[in-house]
Amino acid sequence: MPPTLLSLHNVYKTFGGLLAVQDIGFEVIRDTVVGVIGPNGAGKTTVFNLITGSIKPDSGKVIFLKKPITGLKPHSIVNKGIARTFQTIRLFSKLTVLENVLSGCHTRMEAGLVASILRLPSQRREERKFIDRAMDELEFVGLESKWQHPADSLAYGDQRRLEIARALASDPQLLILDEPAGGMNEQETIKLGDLIRKIKKRKITVMLIEHDMSFVMDVCDKVVVMEGGLKIAEGSPMEIQKNQRVIEAYLGVDDENGY
Amino acid sequence: MLEFLEQLTNGLARGGIYALIALGYTMVYGVMKLINFAHGELFALGAYLGYCLLVSSNLIGGLGPVLAIGLTIILVMGLVALAGHLLEKVAYRPLRHSDRLAAVVSALGASIFLQNAIMLTWGAQYRAYGANLLPNLLITVGGLKIPLIRIVVLFSALVVMLGLRMFIHRTRLGLAIRAAAIDQKAAKLMGVDVRQVITVVFILGPALGGLAGLMVGLYYGQITFNLGQLYGLKAFTAAIIGGIGNITGAMVGGMLLGLIETLGAAYISVGWKDAFTFLVLIMILIVRPTGILPERVVEKL
Amino acid sequence: MSDCPTRKWPSLVGTGAAAAAFLAIPLFFKAIGLRSGPYWLDLLNTVGLYTILALSLNVILGHAGMFHMGHAAFFAVGAYTTAILNLNHGWTILATMPAAFLAAGLLAAILAGPIIHLRGDYLLIVTIGIVEITRIALSNNIFGLTGGPNGLVGIARPSLFGFRLSKPQHFFYFIWFMVGVTYVMFYFLENSRFGRALKYIKEDTVAAESMGVNTTAYKLIAFVLGAAWAGVAGAIYASRMRTISPDSFTFEESVLLFTIVILGGSGNQKGVMLGSFMVIGLPEIFRGFQDKRLLVFGAALVLMMIFRPQGLFPPTPARVKLSDAWSNKLVEPATNSESDDG
Repeated sequence: MPPTLLSLHNVYKTFGGLLAVQDIGFEVIRDTVVGVIGPNGAGKTTVFNLITGSIKPDSGKVIFLKKPITGLKPHSIVNKGIARTFQTIRLFSKLTVLENVLSGCHTRMEAGLVASILRLPSQRREERKFIDRAMDELEFVGLESKWQHPADSLAYGDQRRLEIARALASDPQLLILDEPAGGMNEQETIKLGDLIRKIKKRKITVMLIEHDMSFVMDVCDKVVVMEGGLKIAEGSPMEIQKNQRVIEAYLGVDDENGY
Repeated sequence: MLEFLEQLTNGLARGGIYALIALGYTMVYGVMKLINFAHGELFALGAYLGYCLLVSSNLIGGLGPVLAIGLTIILVMGLVALAGHLLEKVAYRPLRHSDRLAAVVSALGASIFLQNAIMLTWGAQYRAYGANLLPNLLITVGGLKIPLIRIVVLFSALVVMLGLRMFIHRTRLGLAIRAAAIDQKAAKLMGVDVRQVITVVFILGPALGGLAGLMVGLYYGQITFNLGQLYGLKAFTAAIIGGIGNITGAMVGGMLLGLIETLGAAYISVGWKDAFTFLVLIMILIVRPTGILPERVVEKL
Repeated sequence: MSDCPTRKWPSLVGTGAAAAAFLAIPLFFKAIGLRSGPYWLDLLNTVGLYTILALSLNVILGHAGMFHMGHAAFFAVGAYTTAILNLNHGWTILATMPAAFLAAGLLAAILAGPIIHLRGDYLLIVTIGIVEITRIALSNNIFGLTGGPNGLVGIARPSLFGFRLSKPQHFFYFIWFMVGVTYVMFYFLENSRFGRALKYIKEDTVAAESMGVNTTAYKLIAFVLGAAWAGVAGAIYASRMRTISPDSFTFEESVLLFTIVILGGSGNQKGVMLGSFMVIGLPEIFRGFQDKRLLVFGAALVLMMIFRPQGLFPPTPARVKLSDAWSNKLVEPATNSESDDG
């Protein structure tokens, strides 16, 4: 039985009296790609925000590597090995591509205030090492030649890939992608699928939210379906496609994203 | 007890003045998200224009106190409103789409400019409205003697504030101002003419500030060119205490501040008078980062 | 001089030459027998002092993006710490400098805790409050130590290895040496893990936190560091003026520093230095218009924000040196980089 990397147990979250997420629980198995789908407003992004610490659950537990991470600050959760991208791109748009990736390295670097001000040899060694590391991540997503460009000068698809490189630079065990294919054309989406498979090969577990069903069914090993803050189904892509409740939810509530 | 009531009424009058100035800050901030640092200087301009009309031109001698004060109020409010309008056109309108920091610095620049323009025009020394400008009437209630001017200041501040509240809540333009304060973009989409709202806000706010300046002259008797700075800071603090962008909050905050300051000076220490304001501000912001009354404007995450 | 890892030798040589020429100014004045020499040197000293202050504010405002308009408060704490230790306890000026650093930093650490999370404008007004409270506290002779409105008189001059700094040219070298130290220190800081973290916070705090930056801690440390360094500037100021009073540490002083940083180009140290020259130096040159100086300054601020809001020298992209391996790899046209998915 493969070990569980992340699990959620009976997680609840309300916003101003509205139940955004209720009694959510599921497991993420190491080295798999898990998709979270559901109509708009189903609570998918809320679940991601609960895992990454952007918001705190009202009750319930999030367990990562057998330890509770519920209520920790986002930065310490990154340090524990969970990295994320955002639904709307949130790069440091005025900084260079390389500087953006170096932000991911931050949590794995150690140089403190004094070492930085005095530019101690140890600090310079570390800088060199992580600049190389950041360049490797850029190469991984195919952006190494653009390392000096300001992030906001990149094409949309490249910005998405840069966000992924930035997250990978934090050396995560779990990578969380919020609508990575959003706004991408067909070609870019195919490349993204390849990239996610490459990430999986690096023994990094991936969770993603997506509306593009063919994409989800293509890259995911497991799919969690949410509706109205509840988990309504969970299983392999094949099982999900046949699930009666899922079909109803999609046809009944949100035919725009229907499948 | 009598002394306490004396201080209380004094604090309320002072608070009324702060509230009038704070309204200008809060309206501009609500609509434009800009600390209009020059607002304090517009207030000082009001004080000096009043000085010009009442003392230099001796309107009272010509028209008698009631008519003279009435005319002065209208002229001061009108002229300061005009100055506010010009200020918006020159220093803020070109920056409407730029960085917020740029607007803040432009506001600081405008404030420095206006303060020095006032100094160059009227000089750096104190200017006295004079104690005998108005008949020195005392009203006696029980054993308590209250100068008439104090009652006039407090009363007119309250009337103006109630008027503003009615305007904001009962008229179409008022509704537009509130809408623009909640969400400028959405208001624009719903057909609110945001430019017009900004224009109106930059006329109303300075008019009230100018009136407050006149009141300071009449109530305290003397003015100086950097009057606007301290009053401005305190009034802005009042606006924040009340929850910036919130009209009622500015009134409550101003009154509260006037009371705290007057009572603090009377019963704690005169030397620390100006510090109370900021101590209270810091304490309130630590406990409630958006002020006593909730801010109408929620910044998007 | 320190060995900055600059690749372009000509620029390093140019900078060195300019610095040498600048440091030769007192000798030049002496050589030509300029009678107003001491006056101009004094002015340059003032500019230097403001440069140190503005560079320290730049860490907070320019790099971390916190709207801090109360820097004069920490400047004051440094100056008073030096004055009190020197006058009451006979410490030498140099010995008081670390104390000034610690005192200003300590006050900043105490104050910053509860206010650091306030956003933009609230932080602005609270820091203005801090500078006002500090000034009022000093005027009220707090703890019976600050001498009230008249301040403290008779602070000693600094001595270095038995040499007592007393003339403007002595202070010129002392102050500009400190400017150099400040510049290099914060240059290193800017181009490090720490400095980058501040840049991320300024750009997008939420994203910075999500990338693993402890945003609260970094803002706090930046604030304390900038404040502490303003304390050092205060120590220098106290020993240069020999008399300090609350009037020197007003809200206006803070505004001046704020505008220097913004005008120069928030975040760019060269810009901030130029800003000090322009805001402090230029008005002195036009002393003839003494009373209209501030009027012009105010108008210039407005115009500047309308026509060049990014400041004179906006921050430039970070210069990062790649390893040789990577540089060589990138020089060769990477023909297969598009399809090397393996």
